[in-house]
Amino acid sequence: MKTKYFKYIFLVCLFVYACKKSDDVQEKAVLFLGFQKPKNFPEPVYNLANNPITKAGFELGRTLFYDPRLSRDNTISCGSCHIQSSAFTHHGHDVSHGIDDRLGIRNSPPIMNLAWSKAFMWGGGIYDLDLQPIAPITTHEEMDENLENVLHKLRAIPTYRNQFKEAFGSDEISTAHLMKALSQFMLMCISSNAKYDKVIRNEGNISFSTIEQEGYQIFKDKCASCHTEPLFTDGTFRNNGLAPNAINDKGLYTATLLDKDLYKFKVPSLRNLKYTAPYMHDGRFLNLDAVLDHYVGQVQDTPNLDPILKKQTSRGINLSNDQKTKLLAFLNTLNDEDFIHNKALAEQ
Amino acid sequence: MLIAISTVLFTACKKDPSSAPDFDENNLAPLSVEFDNIAGGRTLTFNNTDVPYTNAKGEPFTLSLLQYYISNIKVTTISGKEYTVKQDDSYFLIKGSDKSTRFAKIKVPEGDYSKLTFVLGVDSLRSTMPIDKRTGVLDPASGSNMYWGWNSGYIFFKMEGNSSVITDDQQGDPSGKKQFKYHIGGFGGYSSSTINNIKTITLDLSNAGIAKVRKDRQSNIHLFVDVLKVFNGSNSFSIKEHPNVMFSEYSVSIGKNLSEMFKHDHTEN
Repeated sequence: MKTKYFKYIFLVCLFVYACKKSDDVQEKAVLFLGFQKPKNFPEPVYNLANNPITKAGFELGRTLFYDPRLSRDNTISCGSCHIQSSAFTHHGHDVSHGIDDRLGIRNSPPIMNLAWSKAFMWGGGIYDLDLQPIAPITTHEEMDENLENVLHKLRAIPTYRNQFKEAFGSDEISTAHLMKALSQFMLMCISSNAKYDKVIRNEGNISFSTIEQEGYQIFKDKCASCHTEPLFTDGTFRNNGLAPNAINDKGLYTATLLDKDLYKFKVPSLRNLKYTAPYMHDGRFLNLDAVLDHYVGQVQDTPNLDPILKKQTSRGINLSNDQKTKLLAFLNTLNDEDFIHNKALAEQ
Repeated sequence: MLIAISTVLFTACKKDPSSAPDFDENNLAPLSVEFDNIAGGRTLTFNNTDVPYTNAKGEPFTLSLLQYYISNIKVTTISGKEYTVKQDDSYFLIKGSDKSTRFAKIKVPEGDYSKLTFVLGVDSLRSTMPIDKRTGVLDPASGSNMYWGWNSGYIFFKMEGNSSVITDDQQGDPSGKKQFKYHIGGFGGYSSSTINNIKTITLDLSNAGIAKVRKDRQSNIHLFVDVLKVFNGSNSFSIKEHPNVMFSEYSVSIGKNLSEMFKHDHTEN
């Protein structure tokens, strides 16, 4: 009698447990919505058909993104210089700080809205997201590893074999699978929930304050020709009149050797500026006041200075102190707390 | 009678049919192109510091590395019929240090070929293809270090070595190793038109021997690839003046020399 009773309880428990488990699985499956284009964004540039984002692929990409095995001595991961709380930049570092305390020459750019990017890196040279990770992995000042070694290290780890199999249907850990998994994670780093986005999408009765609205108008008049909405970059390369730095970084010219590209750098997005200081390709400006001071009075007439910055009688952008304050108030509406705190993008 | 028998025997032994078979793109037979690396009148040896090579400027040098891509092989018959090897089977990385890589093994229709065309480098189409298409020798993880990560593209030709003429300052080799490095690439660019060092090379085989490609044998077009031409070609240059040439305008000048390296020596039929 007693044993029967226990058996019964055991069966019930088993049943409850089984149900619980399947509920969890179901819950997780519902949580992963895949790549979703924000309503106020254009169609992505990245060819998603050639690399459809799946839960397994995204999670594998995330594991790889945070795995220091991608560096020569297993100390530096992608996430080391692309920190989520800093909108995936290297907060406080003018130029990136890589392996063996080596310093690079450029400021770590945000991993953000890359599905809409047709060119990568401050100085161009890379035009396919699937080829981008090769640069930081193999660069001497960054991860200083070679790809074959990375693959070799990953192949030795059974959990990776399983993850690759789940993501790509084969446990072959190839260059293409490695790159595509990293792309899947990076493509999901979408920042589209700033106050600005909610206002534009008419979500939840949110509206700009007076000062923000005035700042928005100033932005549209004076900044939007390069920092185009809704990505707040037109994705082009331009010379914004920064004095060449000590190493005379020539920007896009280095990759094209064309005189017309001398001192041109990729137009950065204005999203999440709160988290991404310092600014410019070499991180020379520590705060936004310094950035605005540059545009107002420090624009240099170097080769290929953008014609837009030559329109005024004095070079640069004409902004009064009052306008600066309003502009900064608007820029503050481009900060996306959800992006910074999105647990799905964090190291697990 | 004796003559008749001899003739019969001789004919039987002779492998070479007098007339070429009909050109049929489905009737493929093996052909190889051999890239036999030499240095002027000498065979290629690495780090031969006892008796180094000398270029036209009189500069002594030794080599430590030589690698280049050969792709897009095309052959033309005596009667002018062309056959282009299937794209996916037409990429080869020749490594000076690995003799087994000196053959580009392809399949072409049976026939008599008097012309060989190939590309030194990787064509622009393949240079911009998705990562899935970059397999085999084109895999950036193949271990050959023939890919520029920072400026997406393949290094078509890589030659490194040492020369006592190289200075120890920034213009030369500050490490004091007196090393030179020539990494030549550039496929013309993704969006804007940038340097293009893709070289299409066409060689006439009729003087040194046409390739008679048949199913029952292995025809081999034997080329000599003279590394001295890198320095001594029509854009002759000094190692001391240009010890390091990678992605730069000057690479276009050297690129011209690279297309002069290839000479058809003979064909083994």
